[in-house]
Amino acid sequence: MARITAGVSSSHVPAIGAALDMGKTQEPYWAKVFAGYEFSKRWIAEQKPDVVFLVYNDHATAFNLDFIPTFAIGCAESFAPADEGWGARPVPTVQGHPELAAHIAQSLIQSDFDLTLVNKMDVDHGLTVPMSLMFGQPKAWPCRVIPFAVNVVQYPPPSGRRCYQLGKALRKAVESFDQNLNVQVWGTGGMSHQIQGPRAGLINKEFDARFLDLLVNDPETLSQIPHIDYVREAGAEGIELVMWLIMRGALSPKVKEVHRFYHIPASNTAVGHLILEDMQQA
Amino acid sequence: MSLEKPYANIPGTTIFDADQSRKGYHLNMFAFSLMKAPNRERFKANERAYLDEWPMTEEQKQAVLDRNFNRMIELGGNIYFLAKIFATDGKSFQYAAALMTGMSQEDYLQMMINGGRPEGLKKFGGQNMGEKNG
Repeated sequence: MARITAGVSSSHVPAIGAALDMGKTQEPYWAKVFAGYEFSKRWIAEQKPDVVFLVYNDHATAFNLDFIPTFAIGCAESFAPADEGWGARPVPTVQGHPELAAHIAQSLIQSDFDLTLVNKMDVDHGLTVPMSLMFGQPKAWPCRVIPFAVNVVQYPPPSGRRCYQLGKALRKAVESFDQNLNVQVWGTGGMSHQIQGPRAGLINKEFDARFLDLLVNDPETLSQIPHIDYVREAGAEGIELVMWLIMRGALSPKVKEVHRFYHIPASNTAVGHLILEDMQQA
Repeated sequence: MSLEKPYANIPGTTIFDADQSRKGYHLNMFAFSLMKAPNRERFKANERAYLDEWPMTEEQKQAVLDRNFNRMIELGGNIYFLAKIFATDGKSFQYAAALMTGMSQEDYLQMMINGGRPEGLKKFGGQNMGEKNG
């Protein structure tokens, strides 16, 4: 059967992608960001996941205001990197896993999570930046990816509680798939940041530190935090952090924290990154 | 009965909710159209003419011409859609953020390197994380 072996969380700041694509990784400003992912690249080269279930948000790229799905699962064979207004990132096309995606979609809907199924979409920096951070710049991505887009553009996004519960249902879905697959779940976005209005530039490192601790050790409590606390304390765009709870819900209650990185800033954002290994392996 | 909006009084912050979304639909869809290179070219060639193709309000059009992002947000713009406008101008999120705060690019960059906007949790108040209510 398929099994979830680990969870990864990471910010997905577009400027990180731009720095990588334009060869600025050695500049002191950016070197500090990329240093936090050196361990991660070695780790994932050993882990060799077959599939990454990648939770991210679309930034008005594949979805505009005509359709605003709260949870959308990518069921296509492949997903092209999107042109977000400055040309597409020079990264490989993402190969999907339509069979597992269809299985997960069916299982989650039957567990009362009413997903939107997407058979054609381009993927933006929300998905490709974490891929670049974890895998560097290969000619082809070394694993399959199931994109899972969460609405955090138009308020209200799903609650942290709902995301956490979805993660739990996702675990059941993956474990009932009868191919032997090593599956990782990634939660992306965050951490504290605000990129709009006079309060832009807000960072709250106390909030972020507490969020990271609770995510690892007490996700039940973390999942109770209401939207208003995120937007007030972690910034209007800090609310992306609810997506990390899908990743955490998909893991065993006890996890092994193998890596943690936190850095201010990348552009307007506090960068946070965790690697958690599942503790219920056979 | 109207919906409660506990987020309405967060200083310097406009939450893009269903009401803002309705107000800004055409403004945001105009911005979204700039994802396509041929549209970017047409917009750059004659901004006013391109804007006139969209059923936006005059105030919205003027805010776009002025690149007044705070005003666009007030009129229903969402930052992820508006990003297509500053991307078309070859500008970054950091550039736009500095502009919206009224700071110089240099001062804003330095503020972020120093750890971000200093008035975080305390000044803006709110509940502490992880403490259950009631």
